[in-house]
Amino acid sequence: MSVEIDREKCVGCRRCHDVCPGSLIKIGSDGKAFIKYPKDCWGCTSCVKECPAHAVRFFLGADIGGMGSVLHIEKNGELLDWVIERYDGENIVVSVDPKESNKY
Amino acid sequence: MVIEKLQTDILIIGGGTAGCYAALTIAERSDANVLICEKANIKRSGCLAAGVNALNAYITDGHTPRDYVEYAKHDADGIVCEDLLLSMSERLNSVTKKLEELGLVILKDENGKYVSRGWRNIKINGENIKPLLAEAVEKLPNVSVMNRINITNLAVENNRVFGAFGFGIESGIFYIIEAKAIIVATGGAAGLYKPRNPGFSRHKTWYPPFNTGAGYAMGIRAGAEMTSFEMRFIALRCKDTIAPTGTLAQGAGAKQVNSLGEIYENEYGLTTSQRVFGTTSENLAGRGPCYLQTKGISADLESDLMKAYLNMAPSQTLRWIESGSPLRQNVEIEGTEPYIVGGHTASGYWVDDNRATTVEGLFACGDVAGGCPQKYVTGALAEGEIAGISALGYTGLRDKKEIPEELAAKHIAEAEKFLSNGTGLYSTEQLEEAMQTVMDSYAGGIGTGYSFNEKQLDIAEERISRLETLSNELRAEDFHELMFIYELRERLTICESVIAHLRARRETRWAGFSHNLDHKEKDEKFGKLFVNSRLENGEIKIILRDISKRQVRDDER
Repeated sequence: MSVEIDREKCVGCRRCHDVCPGSLIKIGSDGKAFIKYPKDCWGCTSCVKECPAHAVRFFLGADIGGMGSVLHIEKNGELLDWVIERYDGENIVVSVDPKESNKY
Repeated sequence: MVIEKLQTDILIIGGGTAGCYAALTIAERSDANVLICEKANIKRSGCLAAGVNALNAYITDGHTPRDYVEYAKHDADGIVCEDLLLSMSERLNSVTKKLEELGLVILKDENGKYVSRGWRNIKINGENIKPLLAEAVEKLPNVSVMNRINITNLAVENNRVFGAFGFGIESGIFYIIEAKAIIVATGGAAGLYKPRNPGFSRHKTWYPPFNTGAGYAMGIRAGAEMTSFEMRFIALRCKDTIAPTGTLAQGAGAKQVNSLGEIYENEYGLTTSQRVFGTTSENLAGRGPCYLQTKGISADLESDLMKAYLNMAPSQTLRWIESGSPLRQNVEIEGTEPYIVGGHTASGYWVDDNRATTVEGLFACGDVAGGCPQKYVTGALAEGEIAGISALGYTGLRDKKEIPEELAAKHIAEAEKFLSNGTGLYSTEQLEEAMQTVMDSYAGGIGTGYSFNEKQLDIAEERISRLETLSNELRAEDFHELMFIYELRERLTICESVIAHLRARRETRWAGFSHNLDHKEKDEKFGKLFVNSRLENGEIKIILRDISKRQVRDDER
């Protein structure tokens, strides 16, 4: 359970750093974000939600059954598109309307 | 080290659910200065970081706050403060209304009524619940928020609090903070026990791994009376992802089944601890793994569940997409490692109905406050409101008191020592693992099926004490590592209290949560007692208190 941050895509906005509830993300000398303590991630995806460049991607550790898929979030108008790049190459998008309540 | 002195009327330690609401409450009623010191950033800190998809404490039509008290009392098998539960329950609906005003989406029927799940839950989209609270707090002119500040100790003399000490984990500044009143809202404690997933995903826990029990430890050191540390909480969760099971069990009606396909939940009962006990027992009897029976649900339900989990535990949706959906396979479940919390179970500060602790000027709310279980989100807000009102009332009675220089110097010297210690044999991480292994093996962790005996507790006590001594030699390279050292020492302090409490309750009351192998049955005598404690001259003194003194007769309200 953790995130990886793509330094190429990172635009240095610091929003992932600012929001992390574990203070785990730091800013390098190049002004870009990196996760200093990957094993300490809770998996809340707050940083994934903040990233405007889709540079932060969330994955399950192999020790808890992770198979190599990664998840990022794209804003689609009012909707949040959760984009899962599956390990087998398939992309799955789950659109969530923030105004729609859980029904269960 | 750079040192800064700050002054405020009311200091709130911890800007999570309860702390934020305490600030909102105070600002609505006065222009008193409030300072929130938050270890992370209030936007997503605390229990609500990923979101939540139901409010589990709400009084629906046809029910009363008294019903909620009875439910919580039953779930905790009697070990509750009824007065605290009642004052909390009376506020559950008004704080819910406030959340809706702040922008929380709540499911309504065609008549505009909230749609309930059972009689005390309502359905929401709570993905953004914490940002909504944080935004409201940040708009308040008389409330200042300082993020990335780790508060480590209270300034207490003659049993009265008048300030606190801490440091900026990124700024490297040491803070001396003077306050007329303090509200502690730091949450409960995760990470005392070896986690279910001890490797790379060690922080994939039920409770936030960043809640290290700072408030408990500060209170213990300050001589505050604490209650019910032996009432540990163990969550029944989806295996691996440790995602919630309530949405599947109570929301979608999935039953607990063993590997033979037998529904076992009715044999053990449906309270929280009984659900855990049933699952542990089925595994031990060779009928595991255990599951929630979701196979064959409708495609519509499956799609809704995928979204529901993204709004609170996205790892579970990722898991389903990666390894097979709940329509095609049942969801495996298991118990977590034990946690110490005051919002599900009842561990924490011994408080009166105003949420005043036994230390003058110190108030507690949310998971750090004891005696009042089943708070969930709305109960934590309700307690934040009560503590806010009480702290405000108290500030009118008292003047500021200056923190003596020699007291501040002692705390500064302690922090400087860790920053200047040489590199020793052990790292903070090693000692943390050692602590978790000790607690797992000798104080009723997963490894022993949550069971222990008195001889094992003796070993746990001795080894935790040794780790405390070793922790004096730890070295911090920077202020983030300094926080790690303080967090470890907080946890060690709490472990000592947990061990003492487990030993003092000479019975097995909550079978799913703890098995005292020297006292395997419930003992009626202990059903009438709280196990409380206070640190006196470095020793944990156990105080047994009569439960009937915290009961409320109907004619008293």
